[in-house]
Amino acid sequence: MNAILSLIAVIALILIALLGVKTANLHSLFGIAVPYAAMAIFLIGVISRVLKWGRSPVPFCIPTTCGQQKSLPWIKQSKLDNPSTTSGVIGRMLLEVLLFRSLFSNTAFELRNGPKVAYGSTRWLWLGGLAFHWSFLVVLIRHLRLFTEPVPACLSSLEVLDGFLQIGAPGLLLSGVVLLLAVTYLFLRRVLIPEVRYISLAADYFPLFLILSIALSGIIMRYFTKVDIVGVKALTLGLVSFNAVIPEGISVVFYIHLFLVSALLAYIPFSKIMHLGGVLLSPTRNMPNNSRMERHINPWNYPVHVHTYEEYENDFREKMKSAGIPVEKE
Amino acid sequence: MYKGRKIITGLILFVGLAAIPFFYNSGKTSVKPEPNIDTPAIQQLAEKQCVEPREFMKANHMQLLNDWRDSAVRDGSRIYVNSQGKQFTISLQNTCMHCHSNKAEFCDKCHTYANVKPYCWNCHIAPKENKT
Ligand code: HEC
Ligand code: HEC
Ligand code: HEC
Ligand code: HEM
Repeated sequence: MNAILSLIAVIALILIALLGVKTANLHSLFGIAVPYAAMAIFLIGVISRVLKWGRSPVPFCIPTTCGQQKSLPWIKQSKLDNPSTTSGVIGRMLLEVLLFRSLFSNTAFELRNGPKVAYGSTRWLWLGGLAFHWSFLVVLIRHLRLFTEPVPACLSSLEVLDGFLQIGAPGLLLSGVVLLLAVTYLFLRRVLIPEVRYISLAADYFPLFLILSIALSGIIMRYFTKVDIVGVKALTLGLVSFNAVIPEGISVVFYIHLFLVSALLAYIPFSKIMHLGGVLLSPTRNMPNNSRMERHINPWNYPVHVHTYEEYENDFREKMKSAGIPVEKE
Repeated sequence: MYKGRKIITGLILFVGLAAIPFFYNSGKTSVKPEPNIDTPAIQQLAEKQCVEPREFMKANHMQLLNDWRDSAVRDGSRIYVNSQGKQFTISLQNTCMHCHSNKAEFCDKCHTYANVKPYCWNCHIAPKENKT
């Protein structure tokens, strides 16, 4: 049901763009106004979300500690899993962001013949996630050719590398294909594994369908229906130089692609995709485990009036003595 | 705000990253490339038309070349009949580049703009004017 609702939402978005451009001829709405609005929502939304997180106090020192803590000199510390210094934290964060290290240690629980518990590792989610994020990044960077003039040389090299199979013309770009396959895998994983399906919400399916349809529309446009790239680039360069134009004769598939991307951008600040900022702000990930070396002050501690034992004894010394209770100071 | 300096620095980096394309193009007026069709072969044409209509060629010429290559190299058929029933000999060097003998002023104009570098010229020979 969640999946079907999300699918309907994405199909509605596609139809809006299709009808808006094809029937109602609102080219400048879909080609200029919507992308600008989406970009503004994206930037302002992400900033305000991060500022909101930044205002939440962290009362305790709560880093995840997955290995041996720094201890006596002859006990080997697990520096990356249980960092005690800022550089250790940066190292762990980099590995987490770039290689998804914590997914690598994902374990699956199974009962083997007889009631025997076994923990095995499942690497498929890690592999699928890695393929998805990296290919998305490469596709995104390659798209910069539409937004830069002259195009920096490193983008050309990336494109040559990405198309090294030299299949067909226009040449097949691997990252686009990997992206499509990886999103498909991540979706199938949600629907085919019962326990994952059980915890999947519409908010999980919607971004998957959205990205799937963005990749599909891009691939359809590049390899099948074709689009006038020179015209597209005039539009995109116009957008980034605040001098927007709508060239004639760009196919409607491009406007659908652009509208879906705009929807994704505008959706990001309100969705789970905010994990791109959230991972850096997670106390469990961005704090060093130095709780035995440095005192973590709870930022919302207000001064508490402490009544020490000494003061207590001063108040009640005579009474305690007469009751025969031992006192520290006579 | 806790850890305010680090968070603000991060946010400035984020906005800066998102703004790269805007800075890169600020103050530049981009000119759409105008491929030049002023070549001796095209001047002699009665009707200045490509293999297929211009709108089709603009977006589909790479597909057409790919189909030409398959049809010549795999099927051995070297005649192409276009949508108006006109016949062309299938050849990159002798048909396309006969008319478009100004590769640098024509093909490369668009390709530099769109950042594509067809590897065809590793083997196929580009028209002479380009050699100097
Ligand atoms: C109107 C501008 C324009 C002109 C003129 C033009 N091209 Fe292209 N060409 C393009 C664009 C844009 C692409 C990239 C399309 C894409 O990335 O989807 C391309 C791609 C190609 C490709 C596929 C490259 C690859 O590896 O992906 C070949 C081959 C090609 N062009 C050959 C030619 C030849 C030969 C000529 C000259 C006779 C020519 N083109 C003239 C715009 C043009
Ligand atoms: C008979 C000569 C002739 C041949 C052969 C020819 N062209 Fe053309 N081509 C032209 C002319 C003339 C135009 C301009 C058409 C117009 O403006 O309507 C043109 C236009 C084009 C355009 C569009 C340029 C633009 O202004 O956007 C492309 C791309 C192109 N040709 C590529 C090719 C390719 C690739 C081949 C080989 C498959 C080829 N041409 C073969 C004469 C030719
Ligand atoms: C590895 C070298 C090589 C590369 C790279 C190459 N070709 Fe070819 N191509 C050939 C050979 C060899 C033939 C066969 C020539 C013949 O039989 O006349 C051929 C034939 C063709 C033909 C049909 C016959 C003719 O005379 O033109 C076309 C069209 C063609 N290639 C297009 C392309 C395009 C487009 C590209 C770039 C995307 C390309 N080729 C890249 C080697 C190459
Ligand atoms: C979330 C961001 C985006 C994703 C994931 C995405 C994905 C894709 C994919 C997978 C392709 C197929 C070809 C390839 O592998 O490169 C593609 C093509 C394309 N995309 Fe995007 N896209 C995005 C944003 C955009 C934007 C913002 C624009 C322009 C305003 C755009 C314009 C195009 C065009 C014109 C093509 C056709 C390229 C060609 O024919 O060579 N895309 N896209």
